Amino acid sequence: MGVTVKIPTQLRTLTGNEAETEVEGASVGEALDALFDRYDGLRDRITEDGELRRFVNVYVGGEDIRFGSGLDTPVQEGDEITILPAVAGGS
Amino acid sequence: MPAEALKCKECHSTYPLDASYVCEQCFGPLEVSYDHSALDDAPALRRKVQAGPPSIWRYADFLPFPQRPQTALDAGLTPLIRSERLAERLGVGEVWVKNDAANPTHSFKDRVVSVAVAKAKELGYEVVACASTGNLANAVAAHAAAAGLESFVFVPADLEEQKILATGVYGTHLVAVNGNYDDVNRLCTELSSEHPWAFVNVNLRPYYAEGSKTLGFEIAEQLGFELPDRVVVPVASGSLFTRIASGFEEWLELGLLEGRLPTFNGAQAEGCAPVAEAFAAGADVCRPIRNPHTIAKSLAIGNPADGVFALDLARRTGGSIDAVADDEIVEGIRLLAETTGIFTETAGGVTTAVLAKLAQRGDIGSDERVVLVITGEGLKTLDAVRDVVTVHEVEPTAASFAATVPAPAGVR
Repeated sequence: MGVTVKIPTQLRTLTGNEAETEVEGASVGEALDALFDRYDGLRDRITEDGELRRFVNVYVGGEDIRFGSGLDTPVQEGDEITILPAVAGGS
Repeated sequence: MPAEALKCKECHSTYPLDASYVCEQCFGPLEVSYDHSALDDAPALRRKVQAGPPSIWRYADFLPFPQRPQTALDAGLTPLIRSERLAERLGVGEVWVKNDAANPTHSFKDRVVSVAVAKAKELGYEVVACASTGNLANAVAAHAAAAGLESFVFVPADLEEQKILATGVYGTHLVAVNGNYDDVNRLCTELSSEHPWAFVNVNLRPYYAEGSKTLGFEIAEQLGFELPDRVVVPVASGSLFTRIASGFEEWLELGLLEGRLPTFNGAQAEGCAPVAEAFAAGADVCRPIRNPHTIAKSLAIGNPADGVFALDLARRTGGSIDAVADDEIVEGIRLLAETTGIFTETAGGVTTAVLAKLAQRGDIGSDERVVLVITGEGLKTLDAVRDVVTVHEVEPTAASFAATVPAPAGVR
């Protein structure tokens, strides 16, 4: 058992329509690297020069990782990582 | 048909005009792009606008519909009032108040929801939904009811009671989420992947945002097809702020207006000012605010979707994004009420207080024409003024009145 990653609709064409998947890793960055190894093309959609793209939000247990340590935010077995587009919402 | 595609604001990839809102290549926001090549006769376009219906649909040529939609609850064409008393109190030349509280559900959100609900119907949706800080909730519930659509409205559980009741009354499915607006928004973004619903500010966001342009069109039309020198606008997600500019720019390009874009001043509350803080720091991205805490709940978006574009607009027009404290917000509400007779909600208090701050700082030239954009109604946030209103209690006798109530002090 590892960490669950939830994939947004916009990226599911690259994951064979999988809405979530399990990976191993001790940080968000490691977990995402494992995800990128599994699905071709995902890395460039989510990151640019090793950083999160500015319109991508990543949450661990509902908490934005930009409030934590970004890609270095630690994750534990059983945690849920959610990837979502940042552009939604308006008052 | 003038709307031709959805286009990514970042990488310019194009997509068909359906319910999508994010670029599959770079996750950038999508917006409607138009082919306006047939709109080449500016005087005729002005006349057509003026002969149109008394609602946002007079601007249908500039909205993403093949023909003017029929809607059951119309928004827009709210008053633009010149206030000499407010200008005098602030010591500036010319102040106009755009009172968008004069919409069916008493906020500018009727504009965006009119457009989004019309698009939802066109695309065949039976359920509309939204994440809201209150005003959007009111509007979605009302416009869905009038259009005969089912609705789901998601709000933070600690919202003002007035906004909860004025949403529930329309017979919506009202969902109070234990969390702040950003939590509500994240939940709705997730749910929009799971349900075939039209979330007006998620998957219909490109169309929804077009509704805000009509506020720009209207200000310009009401000034006799002229641009003001400066606009002061509240900033929550930054969408309204940037779209008012889009409206002006579109009409400048088409020749309906002449001159240049006004100075854009954005207004935030100190308790949730990610855009103002980024502006002050010279940053080009906003650092999200984790726990917003302000009486201006309708502006309490800690992670503003259009923050980067708001920063860019303020900078390229020589404007700013400023923040004011809660007590200044209440002062702003009173200032507007005492000088114009318009009672605005806390967001309008923020905007008025920022205008006062700009005036005090000497940012506003004496020959400038300034438009203050008031987006919502004071009756929705009554708690904000509960402690600043004085009531004289008397016995029903002239003697008691004379002993209790002070003589007129002379109008300020």
